Amino acid sequence: MNQDILTIQNVSKHFPGVRALSDVTFSIKKGEVHVLVGENGAGKSTLIKIICGIYRSDEGTILLDGSRYAPKTPKEAMDAGIRVVYQEFNLLSYLSVAENIFFDRLPRKGIIVDRKKLYTDTLEVLKRVGLDVDPWSPVELLGVAQMQLLEIAKAISSKCKLLILDEPTATLSPSEISRLFDIIRTEKASGLTVIYISHHLNEIYDIGDRVTVLRNGSFVGAKDVGEIEIPQIISMMVGRQMDSEYPFMESPKPTESPLLEVKNLRILKGKHDISFTLRRGEILGVAGLVGSGRTETMRAIFGADKREGGSILLEGKELDIKSPKDAVRQGICLLTEDRKSQGLILEMPLYANISLSAIDKFAHSGLIDKRAEYGAAERLSGELDIKTPSVSQLARNLSGGNQQKVVLAKWILREARVLIFDEPTRGIDVGAKYEIYLLLWRLLSEGKGILIVSSDLNELMGICHRIVVFSGGGVSGEILRADFEQERILKYAYRVS
Amino acid sequence: MMDTKKIAYFLLNEAGIGIILVLLCVLFSYFVPAFASMNNISNIFTQISINTVIAVGMTFVILLGGIDLSVGSVLALCSILAGLTITNKSLPVPLAIFLAVSVSIAAGIACGLFNGCVCERWNIHSFVVTLGMLNMARGAALQVSNSRTIFSFPKSFNVVGTYSIFGSLPVIFIMAVALVLIGHFVLKKTVFGRMIYAIGNNEEAVRLSGHNTKHYKIAAFAICGACVGVAAILYMLRLNIASPILGNGFELSAIAAVVIGGTSMNGGKGSMIGTLIGAAIIGVLNNGLLLLGMSDFARQIVTGAIIVIAVILDTYRAKLSLILS
Repeated sequence: MNQDILTIQNVSKHFPGVRALSDVTFSIKKGEVHVLVGENGAGKSTLIKIICGIYRSDEGTILLDGSRYAPKTPKEAMDAGIRVVYQEFNLLSYLSVAENIFFDRLPRKGIIVDRKKLYTDTLEVLKRVGLDVDPWSPVELLGVAQMQLLEIAKAISSKCKLLILDEPTATLSPSEISRLFDIIRTEKASGLTVIYISHHLNEIYDIGDRVTVLRNGSFVGAKDVGEIEIPQIISMMVGRQMDSEYPFMESPKPTESPLLEVKNLRILKGKHDISFTLRRGEILGVAGLVGSGRTETMRAIFGADKREGGSILLEGKELDIKSPKDAVRQGICLLTEDRKSQGLILEMPLYANISLSAIDKFAHSGLIDKRAEYGAAERLSGELDIKTPSVSQLARNLSGGNQQKVVLAKWILREARVLIFDEPTRGIDVGAKYEIYLLLWRLLSEGKGILIVSSDLNELMGICHRIVVFSGGGVSGEILRADFEQERILKYAYRVS
Repeated sequence: MMDTKKIAYFLLNEAGIGIILVLLCVLFSYFVPAFASMNNISNIFTQISINTVIAVGMTFVILLGGIDLSVGSVLALCSILAGLTITNKSLPVPLAIFLAVSVSIAAGIACGLFNGCVCERWNIHSFVVTLGMLNMARGAALQVSNSRTIFSFPKSFNVVGTYSIFGSLPVIFIMAVALVLIGHFVLKKTVFGRMIYAIGNNEEAVRLSGHNTKHYKIAAFAICGACVGVAAILYMLRLNIASPILGNGFELSAIAAVVIGGTSMNGGKGSMIGTLIGAAIIGVLNNGLLLLGMSDFARQIVTGAIIVIAVILDTYRAKLSLILS
């Protein structure tokens, strides 16, 4: 089996109370792009962490190029030629691009850094990944896509035979994604092996050679990409048959009268007046590239960021929103893109997270009625089917989909009327996504209105009644469900209005 | 099974630091017989009272991820203002005492409000703002008092400071413990306390849930100031003087008590009972080592080392309790 670069044999890993990996066996061929898929909690990250020396397996062996491989530290894994690009970047933002790439091996003349060589070496590496930035510019000035490429540059510039990419496309635009794929193909041609983790199943066909599916810590199957189709992959991932990825129902129908009206809103850096309406019982999609002003607009409506002008009307009544507190009081709430740092208090139990916004409901002259609070949390946890042993569990211990449900429970308890979701299903696996879509429909039947910002056009087209498209800080188009077409949305998104 | 787990969890989280305190007491009683005498225990109680009261306020601030370096100087300022009030001969004694206590607490709150408001209005770290307040309050205390010590308080005031119940429970210690219990209650049972923990863990999430986090943070500094005001009165009760130079370094003992008690400097994690035990550990160490005949300097080295060791132990405790949870 000379052609296998990495062989994983009967690997198991336990954490207290959890079996993260059980008896996983598969292999990675030299020079292939191997896609690893599975729901959150399927064991992908644990496996990666074992390969790159952060965790050690309890049982089983790993062979690297035919010889036994058991890294004790990330350094050992790196020395063996294994590099990982994580979703969260590991860049030193105040240092230059060049220093970041060659951080651990700066070229020297005596004891002084050889700046000339550093410069030329960096240029060469940057050219390899097609990144056009000044080697001396500080990393904090780069955009997300550029940082992603820089991470890859850093990885492949050193001795690297196996590159692990963890959801590399999560924050990239379509054109940036295709550039990333070009780079992967070029590097593959020169002998690099890639393990590619993604929740975007259609990417498998663009870049992958083989795909391995994990579920609940176990190996489900590995197939050549040509032999398998998306529905098959999904049912392997969730362990049951699913009719469609997106539920869309004929009822309830949106009402005629508007619920939320945004009129001539101006956000700080935008030049345009932004206007749109959301009706009761409607899911309105908000599309646009990263930086098109869509997230900024939502944050401005919610009062999280300042706005320069314009009015926001709820059921015809003008609202004075200066802070999130004002918005929440009026029943407008925002589920931020970044659940962990903005939506949840990870180190606190679920019940405290669920009651966070509506805590006054359980307060009698400043004292918390713990029993009522706990009871309400348990009720919501049951209604939303949050999978947890109890609502005393810390939010940290939940999977992404369940964490999103906790945030949702918080706003349901607060009796929100308008729910703004920013990337509601980012980083959430297929099965949990579906449950969240169903919850949206339940909210609609209670007469609420929903705004959804998403970079995933399939998702928007799958679940929305209507889509407004943002471009260059303004609204560049509006499309009804009957006219949904990916090209049409993209045309508006790229329009410089 | 579940129960042993629960007990282990409790020992690690709530009682862990208490075990160290008990161990220290046992060790000292064994090596220095005088340590366990009624008289000495009563002494320790008296010695830790003031630090405990300041540490109660400090716990609120540190739970929010802040710090208050000004407590020592503010204590001096509070004591001077209270001292000037209480020695005012034109006031009848009971009124003078009442006013002195009020003035001390009000001055503490005012300084705390200043700290909190400046931090929040301009988004400056409390380290810097309270460092400024440390100098301002000290200067103000010296200015107002003409750098003189104030004494000869009314007899009825002084007598409280030396009064003990059952012969060994000093009144000022009872006051300190009462304040700890109030603080514990506020943190564990009230909306305010919940918000303190929540903001200490993730301020942005709390803000985006529709709360004004700045108000809570300012309030925590005001509470810290109020505690300092109370501590100033306890100081005067105990030593029967008010001086513009007292309270030097008190901020460090208070911070040490909070940190030894298991409160995280990053905020969001910790307890008031822990703070009381932390203050007791410092007090017991100081007292015990003195009885052992250790020099001032050597004691300082040991106390400093204990702070570092406590924090190191805390990292292990966190890991262990994560495994058990």
